[in-house]
Amino acid sequence: MFRLPIEKLDDLFAAVAAAQTLYLPADGKDGRASYVKWEEGVKLSKALNTVRSAKDHFFPQTTNLCDFNMNGKNIEIIDNRQESENFVIFGVRACDARSFTILDKVFLAEPVDTYYATRREHGTVITLACTEPEENCFCSVFGIDAASPEGDAACHITEDALYINANTEKGEKFIESVKDMLTECGTEAVDAQKAQTAEIMKKLPFANVSTDYFRKNTLLDIFNSEHWKKLSEACLGCGTCTFVCPTCQCYDIKDFDTGHGIKRYRTWDSCMYSDFTKMAAANSRNSQVERFRQRFMHKLVYFPDNNNGEFGCVGCGRCLSRCPISMNIIKVIKTFGEE
Amino acid sequence: MQVNETKGFRPKIVAFCCNWCSYAGADLAGTNRINYPADVKIIRVPCSCRVNPMFILRAFQRGADGVIMCGCHPGDCHYTSGNYFARRRMTLLFSMLDYMGIEKERTRVEWVSAAEGAKFAATMNEFVETVTKLGENKRLEDLRCKKQ
Amino acid sequence: MQEAVISRAKELLADGTVNRVVGWKAGEFAYDTTPAVFTSAEELDAGFIYNDFCAPNLSKYIIKESRKEGKLLVFLKPCDSYSFNQLLKEHRILRENVYIIGVECTGKVDADTVKSKGIKGITGMESDGENVTVHTLYGDKTIPKSETLGDKCKTCKSKKHVIFDEMIGNDGEVNNDGARFEMVKKLEKMTSEERYEFWRGELSKCIRCNACRNVCPACSCENCVFDNPASGIQQRAATDSFEENMFHLIRAFHVAGRCTDCGECTRVCPQNIPLHLLNRKYIKDINEFYGEYQAGEDLDTRAPLNAYTFGDCEPNIVYKRGGKE
Repeated sequence: MFRLPIEKLDDLFAAVAAAQTLYLPADGKDGRASYVKWEEGVKLSKALNTVRSAKDHFFPQTTNLCDFNMNGKNIEIIDNRQESENFVIFGVRACDARSFTILDKVFLAEPVDTYYATRREHGTVITLACTEPEENCFCSVFGIDAASPEGDAACHITEDALYINANTEKGEKFIESVKDMLTECGTEAVDAQKAQTAEIMKKLPFANVSTDYFRKNTLLDIFNSEHWKKLSEACLGCGTCTFVCPTCQCYDIKDFDTGHGIKRYRTWDSCMYSDFTKMAAANSRNSQVERFRQRFMHKLVYFPDNNNGEFGCVGCGRCLSRCPISMNIIKVIKTFGEE
Repeated sequence: MQVNETKGFRPKIVAFCCNWCSYAGADLAGTNRINYPADVKIIRVPCSCRVNPMFILRAFQRGADGVIMCGCHPGDCHYTSGNYFARRRMTLLFSMLDYMGIEKERTRVEWVSAAEGAKFAATMNEFVETVTKLGENKRLEDLRCKKQ
Repeated sequence: MQEAVISRAKELLADGTVNRVVGWKAGEFAYDTTPAVFTSAEELDAGFIYNDFCAPNLSKYIIKESRKEGKLLVFLKPCDSYSFNQLLKEHRILRENVYIIGVECTGKVDADTVKSKGIKGITGMESDGENVTVHTLYGDKTIPKSETLGDKCKTCKSKKHVIFDEMIGNDGEVNNDGARFEMVKKLEKMTSEERYEFWRGELSKCIRCNACRNVCPACSCENCVFDNPASGIQQRAATDSFEENMFHLIRAFHVAGRCTDCGECTRVCPQNIPLHLLNRKYIKDINEFYGEYQAGEDLDTRAPLNAYTFGDCEPNIVYKRGGKE
């Protein structure tokens, strides 16, 4: 474990940014945090989390896949991929850090998504432990410890210092690169903070929410449940929950005619939309009940079934605070759990 | 029409002209051999009322530096009232474009009758000059549609 | 208030006037109320809520609900009643299937506004009409209610119900102080450059989640142009700054003259974009160019974009007024 006096924090950012691009959460004009590129003057946000998740760095909302050019009857395919630059994301919370493992299972399984893989290779994730979890947090439900986040290296910020510890080789390399600013130290301060956070975590309103129902019941029982109709009644069919979600990974591939060629790009899609997975013949899910059910079945049933029981949710609470009509995964889990 | 050979910035202008008045006005300008710049690309529409706000935005997306809509003089619409509706629509749309910070000189509405070939040419000359001074449309452009 | 509302709903269910109730359902915390349909007295007792946190506008749900079997009861706040009236005018709602109870509203508390004051970990909130007590994981706080209102309530246009079968609580007055146009005026006074920067800054945050469109009572098209693959503009995400501008320009234009200024678009925007400023610009322009008009106020007057007069101002009025150069 290494220590950096808190007043040296900006110097650390400057040193990192000198070598590679550094992204960290900073407060916008409206007081809401989002990841921005660090430059002189940018301050690390004190907000618990960003509105948009950290998945943007590896799986951006739109990715240009390739371009086409038509020359007479010939189609020329232009691979416009550029070698990705190395970058560091600082201040990722435990929930978002776990979301990368979930995304990895989708994108790094065969066939490997090379766009995602390249970004993943070039990115170093530096996580930051939570000290003031909020009412919407329920990461502990999915076995995540907000006080000891995963990631390449994990940080803890106390009143007077930043503590950093490497979890992976990449993390060690990162610490090596700024080693002259750090001093080696013991784990006492960090342990104390962890204990304090654990106390708060126990008091969170959703600390004892149980997902057992989805383990004990069969896929078909849950699928055919009467609850879905009632739960989805007010759903507007917007994509807010899916777009702020750190683990939602569905996308659509589209072509844009620029007038002098074609740009093929992929863009986030949302299972809440009426034309999601629309095929030539028809649409597989025609009503909002079915679309709504799809989202939660995916996170709570299909994904764990295919991934050794790991749920497709990390409990970051973004959908809880952002849904226009306040319908969310916690209400779904609770409704089923009460059965 | 004249072919301008001078180098430097030449704007792309899209002109929506109604079939009954302004398009005929443009035609008259041609048969009378009155000059107006070749930068103006005319799109004929059945009535100025046919112009959907989306048409205007699409023109900008596809590289227009200025968009002008021409129709019959109020009261002279071939369909009685089309241009009255168009007038309200374009007033509100152009006011909104201005509100969003898009230079208001890039958009215009002019009423040109079938007999006003000279007015058509004069309007276009003046509009092209205004837009040339403004330069390239940067605030409502679609980068994907620009040729590298 | 809540007791009166629930007992009246139960009465109407019991005597068969209606067979279901559209209202708000309590959530996990005070602030996350969800629109819901209640079919029995037990359901009403279990979850129905009406208090200072019931912000969602229920009128759009009535489009679908009024086409189902039997009559329904809906509770409308003053601003919701304008949206309802507007939808009725556009023949989107079957009036004979709806029983409306107007409920008094004194402004709704917005959780994001409370959070923006640095209050973290809100587990509960209580409002006595004057002050809001916020319970958090890190202690309790009390703030005046006026400081907790969302954008839509800060400059309330009217506390008067324009349509109802009966009222619970008092009907209020239309507010004509024009305070809701203050920010629009401020923007109009800026230079074109400054306005451009302002809107680029705001609209570049857009993630095209469509929440603004889907929540909007005026956006009630069966199939939106932005969802139609044949339209050529179904780009799903804002892939280019042009797309961001176009989506919001076209959306605002499509509801121009029909937008009642209920403010739902701004309330639901996950990225906190002040979308109501686009709609209010249209409302202000319409008022100035074609005379005062409030969408949803009545059922008879023609919408400003469906009407004209011979003496309407010419489009070049845009060049003659407003803004620094």
